[in-house]
Amino acid sequence: MAVVVLERPERSPADWVAYVLSGLRQLPLLPTAILVLLLVTAIFANLIAPHSPTFGELGDSLTPPVWMGQSVAETRTVVEGRALDFITQISLSEAQQEIEEGKARVAGGSELVPGVELEFLNPGGTWTYILGTDLQGRDVLSRVIHGTRPSLIVSVVAILVAGSIGTTIGLIAGFRGGLADAILMRLTDIVLSMPLILIAVVVAAITQPSLQNIIIIIGLLLWPRFARQVRGEALALKQQDFVARAVVAGSSGLRISVKHILPNIVPSLLVISTLQVGYVILLEGSLSFLGVGVPPPQPAWGLMIADGRGLLATAWWTALFPGIAMALTVLSVNLFGDWLRDKLDPRLRQI
Amino acid sequence: MTRYIALRFLQAIISLLVVMTIVFMLSRLSGDPVQLLADISASEEQMEAIRKDLGLDKPLAVQWGTYVRDMFVFDLGESVTSRQPVRELIWQRLPNTLQLGFAAMAISIIIGLPIGIYAAVHRGSRWDGFARLFAVLGQSMPSFWLGVLLILVFAVVLGVLPPGGKESPESIILPAVSMGYLTTAAIMRLTRSSMLDVLNAEYIKLARIKGLSETKVIWKHALKNSLIPVITFSVVLFTLFLGAAVVTETVFAWPGLGSLILEGVRTRDYPLIQGGVVVFSAIYILANLLVDILYGYLDPRIRLT
Repeated sequence: MAVVVLERPERSPADWVAYVLSGLRQLPLLPTAILVLLLVTAIFANLIAPHSPTFGELGDSLTPPVWMGQSVAETRTVVEGRALDFITQISLSEAQQEIEEGKARVAGGSELVPGVELEFLNPGGTWTYILGTDLQGRDVLSRVIHGTRPSLIVSVVAILVAGSIGTTIGLIAGFRGGLADAILMRLTDIVLSMPLILIAVVVAAITQPSLQNIIIIIGLLLWPRFARQVRGEALALKQQDFVARAVVAGSSGLRISVKHILPNIVPSLLVISTLQVGYVILLEGSLSFLGVGVPPPQPAWGLMIADGRGLLATAWWTALFPGIAMALTVLSVNLFGDWLRDKLDPRLRQI
Repeated sequence: MTRYIALRFLQAIISLLVVMTIVFMLSRLSGDPVQLLADISASEEQMEAIRKDLGLDKPLAVQWGTYVRDMFVFDLGESVTSRQPVRELIWQRLPNTLQLGFAAMAISIIIGLPIGIYAAVHRGSRWDGFARLFAVLGQSMPSFWLGVLLILVFAVVLGVLPPGGKESPESIILPAVSMGYLTTAAIMRLTRSSMLDVLNAEYIKLARIKGLSETKVIWKHALKNSLIPVITFSVVLFTLFLGAAVVTETVFAWPGLGSLILEGVRTRDYPLIQGGVVVFSAIYILANLLVDILYGYLDPRIRLT
């Protein structure tokens, strides 16, 4: 297969500064703003979150978001004397008490006399819990804010792990060639042909869920994507004059790989890493959703969506907001990655 | 070509062996199975007998060999929780997973293909922009969250579709849509770019110069050739669906292989996990092998690498 090698112009540090500055001027504004906001949120989660993400007031369980008014939960008929059927009836004195406590009202606003329908009310939203609370009375907003942490930590560290393994293997395979290349690339193919999420689920389930384990699992499963790209680039760079000159000058293979080839791969590595962040956030979310990711009661978006799945009929907000946070994050990272790719390495567009 | 297929086949078998070995090591790491099987009051001799009975007294390499042989003859043992043979449990669930996969594939092709063609022909139009937006959103949407949203809208608020399970034929709609959404975007993008490539080709220009109508140019000349990569990609889709099966089946309580494995994970049913993962991986690896062969057949350059 013919490989088209584009000569990369050598750049002085001053050129780099000018290049970065001109790039900054065309930054995609919204995605970058969201990403910066996200980073700030993750770092200062303790200061920003209005409530504890792990402890809730059970009495405030399932409070709706602030803009939701009171709604009718159930109706019972008011009867004189004792209520025989607790599900459909309520006694006059008990009804009086409920109304005084503000938990119920008479249907149609008429007077409280035997025979009228008593409507029990769900509490409306309050400014205390802007996005409402979950079943344990924990503040959804605070949990969404704290949920940025595991997502970002897992994606950054797992990609560092995968990137280092992948780059090392790709460099060796691409630069050494021959048998080493054949063996390493077959290994890459093998890992690529395995059902990633299933293996992650089983490993995570058996090794007990923890942040550390998820990072290791994702890192170990993600490296082939880096290895393939790095190998391809190393192969192309190997043909270039400056590598040949380094060989003639007597540089060792290790030195050439690290000092001459690696710096030329850095832009592509940056692009692939950024493009993988969104994928890893989705992967971590799926694992947490399945109950084999971040262990409860730690706040994680996937976990919150899993908790909210069972409450859809009564408390849709518990599943909706963490999902919006996650989708927005991944969308911003992807848009940012696309922009970075177009800036640094448009050749990667096919991936 | 024969050599290429043989190499790929060998590689697929190695992949499967690697998966089996990972699962084997994990099940050994997870604790002494004898402790689980024996009575609490069992004496040391009884425990030893069970160990001998299960072949656990033999060296690890021999155990591994027996295990691999059992897997290849489909002897998957018995589920700890339901006491049924794992093989039968898998046979019951597997058709549902395949059904869901095909339904999702149908959805992505039926929706993705026409929009992709339209976007390519009317490049830069509003529909083109919409198609690209749809693709970007598709990539960023957590599929399990999309599933939850679909349940909220169609089952809870509108009440027109069942929220999960597999009681009625329309139960398949929501899981198939949530699975097919992402790939619809992918098919659309692929159709669009492949169609654009073809539309720039010389023979299309010639057809236009000849004075053929635009409809004829697109439907008779361009479409046929631009469909080749799309058809190949449909097989790739299938492997994607298998990968997504665990999550989607769990969201919708769809009784497939993915949710079966997750049930095994929740109840610590190791024979079930082991059998499920190996069968699942085998199908996945086989589908990947098929993709490789198909690509190698269509594009001879690939065989060299």
